[in-house]
Amino acid sequence: MRSWYFSEMAYHPAWEAGLARGSLRVVLPNETLDPHQAHRLLNRYLDEFALCDELGLDIMVNEHHATATCMTVSVPMALAIIARETKRARLLSLGNPIANRPDPVRVAEEMAWLDVLSGGRTELGLVKGAAYEIAPANSNPARIMRRYWEAHDLILKALSTHDGPFSWEGEYFHYRQVNIWPRPIQQPHPPIWMTGMSAATGRAAAERGHVVGTLLSGGIAKPMFDAYRARARELGWEAGADRMAYAAVIGVGATRAEGHRRADQIAGYVRTAPVVAEPFTNPPGYNTIQANVAMLRQGRKKGRIVADRNGNLIDATRASVEDLMATDTVFAGTPDDVFAQIKDFDARMGGVGHLLCFGQGGFLDHRDTVENLTLFAREVAPRLRALHPDRAAAA
Amino acid sequence: MTRSLTLSGIALALEERGDGPPLLFLHPGAGLAPERPWLDLLARRFRVIAPWLPGWGDSALPDRVGSVEDLAYLCLDLADALHLDGAALAGACFGGWIAAEMAVRQPGRFARLALIAPLGVKFGAVTQRDIADMHAMGHDDYLAAAWADPARGEQDTTVLPEADLTAIARGREAFALFGWKPYMHNPRLRHWLHRIRPPTLLLWGAADGIVTPAYGAQWQAALPDARLEIIADAGHFPLWEQPEAAVAALARFLLPG
Repeated sequence: MRSWYFSEMAYHPAWEAGLARGSLRVVLPNETLDPHQAHRLLNRYLDEFALCDELGLDIMVNEHHATATCMTVSVPMALAIIARETKRARLLSLGNPIANRPDPVRVAEEMAWLDVLSGGRTELGLVKGAAYEIAPANSNPARIMRRYWEAHDLILKALSTHDGPFSWEGEYFHYRQVNIWPRPIQQPHPPIWMTGMSAATGRAAAERGHVVGTLLSGGIAKPMFDAYRARARELGWEAGADRMAYAAVIGVGATRAEGHRRADQIAGYVRTAPVVAEPFTNPPGYNTIQANVAMLRQGRKKGRIVADRNGNLIDATRASVEDLMATDTVFAGTPDDVFAQIKDFDARMGGVGHLLCFGQGGFLDHRDTVENLTLFAREVAPRLRALHPDRAAAA
Repeated sequence: MTRSLTLSGIALALEERGDGPPLLFLHPGAGLAPERPWLDLLARRFRVIAPWLPGWGDSALPDRVGSVEDLAYLCLDLADALHLDGAALAGACFGGWIAAEMAVRQPGRFARLALIAPLGVKFGAVTQRDIADMHAMGHDDYLAAAWADPARGEQDTTVLPEADLTAIARGREAFALFGWKPYMHNPRLRHWLHRIRPPTLLLWGAADGIVTPAYGAQWQAALPDARLEIIADAGHFPLWEQPEAAVAALARFLLPG
C-alpha cells in the first residue's frame, strides 16, 4: 500500500463565520478571509508538502472553489510548486475537475507540462467534482457525465497523440488543431485516476483500467471496490489492490491520546465540509433520477456524507473521533494502533493499494502536523508498503 | 385526455381538453400540473393542447435534444402536425420563453399570443439579475419568491407515488438542461422581439418575485403590439394561484369577438 499525504490547505480562521452563516462554501463572502493570514498559511502548507519528500511519502493535491475549507484553487498551480520542491514523491492530482473546465486541452497541456517538469512523477485524476462546485464554476449539472466523458476522452487523446494535430468536433468541445507541447514523459499518458461513491463509478473505472478512489466511508467504498473487481473479472482481468484508493483522516501520536487528539483536529474537515447552503448541495442533474426520487421520498438529511459499515449515512458534523473511527473515516492512535486499523480495513475492503492521508486539516498546527507526518512515515507507512507491493507498471 | 404523439422521433405526452377554438399551451419550468383547476377552467373556453415538453411528465428527452431552439422547432412541428392554423399560443414561465422563440421564427403562425410571466430575455445590466436565481434559493425562499401565498405552492413529496417523484426529478433536470447557462434566457432573443407581430398579452402576477412586473413592462416596451395585465394576489404562477382571474384574462384577450 502506498501512502499519499494531502491537505486541503484550509482557511480555518473563517470556519466559525461559515458555521454561523450556515455555509462554508459558495455564499460565504471572502471578506472573512485575511489575505495576509492566507499568505502565511499557504506557505506553511507548501512546506508541509515538501517535507513529505524527505519522509518518503507520496503527495496528493485537490482543489475546491469559493470555500473556507480549501484554498487550493488549481491543482496544476500547486503541483507546479511542489514538483520543484520535491525529487522523489509521486505527485497525484485528485483531481482536475474536468466536468467544470471549459477547456480540456488546457488540462492536458498543463498536466503534460507538469509531467515533464517533475520528470514523469505525475498521476492524473480526472474527477467529476462535488455538487457544490457546480455553482462557482457555473457549469450545467444536467448531463454532467456526458460532458465528463467527452472531456476525459479528449484529454487522453491529447496526451497520447504525437503525430497531431487532430481535430475534435464533439457535443461539448470543439477544436480544429490539437497538438499539445510539451508531451508527457509517461507514455501513453500518466496513470489515470477517478473518484466516486457508487458501484456505477467502480464499473466505469474498471472498464478503462483506471485507479478508483473514494473517501471517508468504508460502507461506501466496499460496494464500489467490489463492483470494480467484478467488472474487471467480466472483462477478463483481475483488478489488484493497486486499482483501489481510499482517503481517510490519519492521526498518529506517541500515545493513543495524542493520536486521537491530532485526528480530532484534522477531522474538523469532516465536520465542516458538508456545511453548505441547501440549494448548492444537489443541483438538478448532478445526481441520478433514482437518487433524487429517494431524496424526495425521505426529505433531506443535511451534512451526511459519511456512512457507517452498513452503508447508513451518519451526521458527520456532530461526530466524535470514536464515531468516525467506527465508519473508517479516521485511523488514529499510536503507530501500532493505526497500522492495525488500516490492516483490518484493507482486509475488509478486499485490498486497497493507496491510502490518501488527510494528515493535516484545519486547526492542526505546523508542529503537530510535522510530528504526525514524521511518525506516520517512519512507523506506519513502511509496514503498509509491505501489505501490498508496489504496482509494476502505470495504468 | 392524455395522449402521446411522436414528432421528429420524439415521443411527446400531451393533454388535450375542451372543444373551443384551439390554444397551444406551453407549461412552466415547474411542470404542467394538469391536476390543478386551471386546465379544466381553460378547457371550458378553448380546445387546449398542452404538451409535456421533452424531459417533463412522460415525454422523452433524447440525447440530441438539449436547447430551447430544439423545443421551439419541436413545438412548431406540433402545431403543423395538429393543423393549428390561426390558433392562439400561450406559454407560462419557461413555456413563455419557448413561445417567444417560436413567434420570432414564424410570426404569422399564430393569431394571438399570451405570455404569462415569461423567462427568456435579458434587459438589464451585466450585474443585474433580470430573472431571480431560483437554483440558488432554499426551498422556503423559493416559495416566498414564486407564490403570493407560499402555502399554496407547498408540496409534501414524502407522500407522493414513485411515478410523480420521477416526474418531478426529471422535470427539474430538464429545466436545468435547457436554462442553466445563460441563466433562463437567450442573449440574442431580445434583438428579434420586433418580429413578434401578433397582438400579445403579457399576464403577470403582482407578487411575482421570479420575474417582476417591472420586467414585464420591459417586455411590453420591446414587443410591437403588447399589453400588460396584472393579476392580484398571484406570484409567478397566476394560472395556479388565481385560476379564475387568469383564465378570464386569457379568454378576454385570445377569443375572437
